[in-house]
Amino acid sequence: MKHTLTGKFVPTMMMHRLPIPILSLKPDWTMSTLRGMLAVIATAAFWAFSSATAQTLPTTKLASPASALSPVVAAVQVQQFTLANGLTLIVKPDHRAPTVAHMLWVRVGSMDEVDGTSGVAHALEHMMFKGTPSLKPGEFSRRIAALGGRDNAFTSRDATAYHQQIPANRLEEVMQLEADRFANTQWADDEFKREIEVVKEERRMRTEDSPRAQLYEAANAVTFAAAPYRRPIIGWMSDLDAMTPDDVRSFYRKWYVPGNVAVVVAGDVDVAQVKALADKYYGVIPAAATPLRKPRVEPVQAGVRRLEHKASASQSYVSLMFKVPQLNASGWAEMSAGTALSKDSRDALALTVLSAVLDGYSGARLDRALTQGEGRVADSAGADNGLLGRGPQVFTLDGVPAKDKTAQQVMDALRQQVAQIASEGVNEAELNRVKTQWVASEIYKLDALFSQARELGSHWVNGFPLDASARLVVQLRSVSAAEVQSVAARYFGDDQLTQAVLVPQPLDPNRKPRAPVAGDLH
Amino acid sequence: MLISKFKGPVTRAVLVAVAALLHSHVALAALPIQHWTQAGGTQVYLVESHGIPMLDVQIDFDAGDRRDPADKAGLATMVANMNAKGVAAKSGLPALDENQLSQAWADLGAAFSARSGNDRMSFSLRSLSYPDLLPKAVALAARQMGESSFPEAIWLRERERIGAAIREANTRPATLAAKAFAAAVYGNHPYGFETTEASMGRTSVTDMREFYTRFIHPCRAKVSVVGDVTRAQADVLVKALLARLPQNVTARCEALPLVAEVAKLTAPVTEAIAFESAQAHVLIGQPGYKRSDPDFFALTVGNYTLGGGGFVSRLTAEVREKRGLTYGVYSYFSPGLHAGAFTIGLQTRPDQAEQAVRVAREVLAKFVTEGPSDAEVKAAKDNLMGGFPLLIDSNAKLIANVANIAWNNLPLNYLDTWTAQVEKITAADIKAAFARKLQPDRMVTVVLGAGA
Repeated sequence: MKHTLTGKFVPTMMMHRLPIPILSLKPDWTMSTLRGMLAVIATAAFWAFSSATAQTLPTTKLASPASALSPVVAAVQVQQFTLANGLTLIVKPDHRAPTVAHMLWVRVGSMDEVDGTSGVAHALEHMMFKGTPSLKPGEFSRRIAALGGRDNAFTSRDATAYHQQIPANRLEEVMQLEADRFANTQWADDEFKREIEVVKEERRMRTEDSPRAQLYEAANAVTFAAAPYRRPIIGWMSDLDAMTPDDVRSFYRKWYVPGNVAVVVAGDVDVAQVKALADKYYGVIPAAATPLRKPRVEPVQAGVRRLEHKASASQSYVSLMFKVPQLNASGWAEMSAGTALSKDSRDALALTVLSAVLDGYSGARLDRALTQGEGRVADSAGADNGLLGRGPQVFTLDGVPAKDKTAQQVMDALRQQVAQIASEGVNEAELNRVKTQWVASEIYKLDALFSQARELGSHWVNGFPLDASARLVVQLRSVSAAEVQSVAARYFGDDQLTQAVLVPQPLDPNRKPRAPVAGDLH
Repeated sequence: MLISKFKGPVTRAVLVAVAALLHSHVALAALPIQHWTQAGGTQVYLVESHGIPMLDVQIDFDAGDRRDPADKAGLATMVANMNAKGVAAKSGLPALDENQLSQAWADLGAAFSARSGNDRMSFSLRSLSYPDLLPKAVALAARQMGESSFPEAIWLRERERIGAAIREANTRPATLAAKAFAAAVYGNHPYGFETTEASMGRTSVTDMREFYTRFIHPCRAKVSVVGDVTRAQADVLVKALLARLPQNVTARCEALPLVAEVAKLTAPVTEAIAFESAQAHVLIGQPGYKRSDPDFFALTVGNYTLGGGGFVSRLTAEVREKRGLTYGVYSYFSPGLHAGAFTIGLQTRPDQAEQAVRVAREVLAKFVTEGPSDAEVKAAKDNLMGGFPLLIDSNAKLIANVANIAWNNLPLNYLDTWTAQVEKITAADIKAAFARKLQPDRMVTVVLGAGA
């Protein structure tokens, strides 16, 4: 979804470190200028999925009836293997340039934590850079840098991923290093004591000094009563204060097992060679049982929830989160079997189309109705449908009130836009517009190797087939105006809603701000 | 259409060029950039890349923030922002309001936008290259370039929205620290201009149209093209993109006035700003150097070691790794047409600010005094040279590089010689360059939110 002055804060992941430009070249012009559904569609791949038997499936030609777009059809094969110890290997050759993206995904995220040790998945991600029996703390990154590579990692609610981008001829060294630290990570208690302070600074930076992030954190905790999405990925501060080195070690031993891992390699590689390297470095890691996961199902919400959050700010901000169905693994099974999708799966897709009609491009419905014209009620407004994930999903409407307008007016206006679609529907031009953008973004995505690798990993985490994105676009394009109208009528009542309002607190002129300590600065 | 092996210049030739550094003679360029000047003065730079049916175009003009009048800070940015708010009727084509224009782009699966930086205003087009789409995208971009209508009612709205956003930003510690830093480093130089509600209040759509007319003209355009077009197609396309701008060559192509240089600091500046926040914000720095400075490579390689190499830099090692004081600490230069700032930045718990400032200053002073070790220089080169392919492995990265070459008048073979330039740098070069460029005892230090 576009990010305008709303500055909607959706911390879907914590990164190991802020990406810092190495050279003073201009940054890449990314696809953020396109209003495509990249953020919603976890991956998009225009290639044929191929199993370990190396079958080539015919590629899918998407003829767009309404537009002249005839999408690129790629003959590139993604291949997937399962090693003897249960580790999954996914390889996507792409010979455009002599570079490779290498990622190790662990299907464990903040949703797998328990109360009292929130933040441990992310803390572990930090500690994974602190050494093995053969590597000193920080040595891993130094080695990758010496190979000409870039490395980082991130933790989301659903997964943890470690990634490197490297020249293609360095893949073996990278796989060796990554496999070593995955299997053998080891560090002294002292290292943890220092690094947990870094994590707390990260929390201060991302949340404690960001009013909208605080609102989001509070809203999540109210929206989800039992589902583990209720906790912040970074963890509550008191949990960080109370975390011990052994908390992190036991989380590591429990979840970092080969059967819970996928290694994704995309770029200028030969599949057979990568498989051989994976066998050599990852294949020797001993198998271990993947832990059972408690379901922690979110009880059905049967009444509106409302919260306010007061913080030092100038603008108010509102967020409306509606619990909605999602597209999950059984939905894909239905697609593969060629049977009709379940109602829930179909509804989830229609909700995504709805979010695009509302907010898929500048001047879409929310922009037009709320932020333009005389008496406009908002400075910005947005819509987003979760659609995918290991946990329950929500449809979010959000906005920032315009001068002299209230949070309530914005919330009413947002809901009114959905109600209008419920009663009057959407027109074919709007539908075709959002669908055209999805098809176009599929092609632009071929220019972004790292994005492709990321999507493959993300699909694996969700239990989706590797060509999920291509199939998803086909399905989204099949959604009709009637279906969009129908979901607009059924999912936006009060009973499934959590409404969150940021109440801005002006700086108190009487409150004495903390004064600099005498002698601070020489 | 099958995705064929990437036929463009990003091939194994790059690796070969890197590996064969010591034996490199004049050879086929690894990354051929075609360059020509059109009759109206437009300069075109093309890298053909036919593997994906897409096209990127970037058009740069000397119309960045440094061209803002002193009392109308933000004018260039507002011009860029307002560029997409409508096109006027002309030559039988109807006017398009902001929504019609953005819908038209969405319907083409394409995007066109303008942005303004310190030095240049850039117009960027991304489109599929299909014959039934690209000409329409070019035609629409041409209208947006030539007939942007700058509607007053929309400007009044945007001014309100942006004003509210400015007020919100001014409640954030990072904004306040950055403002204080820029003011102290740049003084009255346009690089330090701050867009305010007052400056926007003095800015009208007439100002915008005059700005646009003055600076946006085919003879002033540097156009970079990367993607699925041939040279002949690119030539036609660029002409078409600029065809709705005034084509009169003589009237608007005189040299633009010089902009003053950034003044050196004569004394250190220390600012402690009281603020209630979870983190203190620290910014340390001074005016840096111009892009055209011959010290560019020595400073680039040196800064990698000091604070640009991310996880492996001295600043990260001392402030984050050894002492756990911060999540992010960095240093960077921002060379432009003028000496953009050298900046060290970090955030930390308020009671740790004093220590963090001390450590950062010590790291900086030691680096400027002693320079890097041979091992550090080797590590920097290993990363910069070894990682070179990562700088050009997509169309998006290529267009940024080509536009950089075009803008800074770098040689067309700049990317072919880049690793060799890095390889030449020695520890002594770096030490000397940093000593020439940085004066640690005469820097700006801003600390916001420190305290017990």
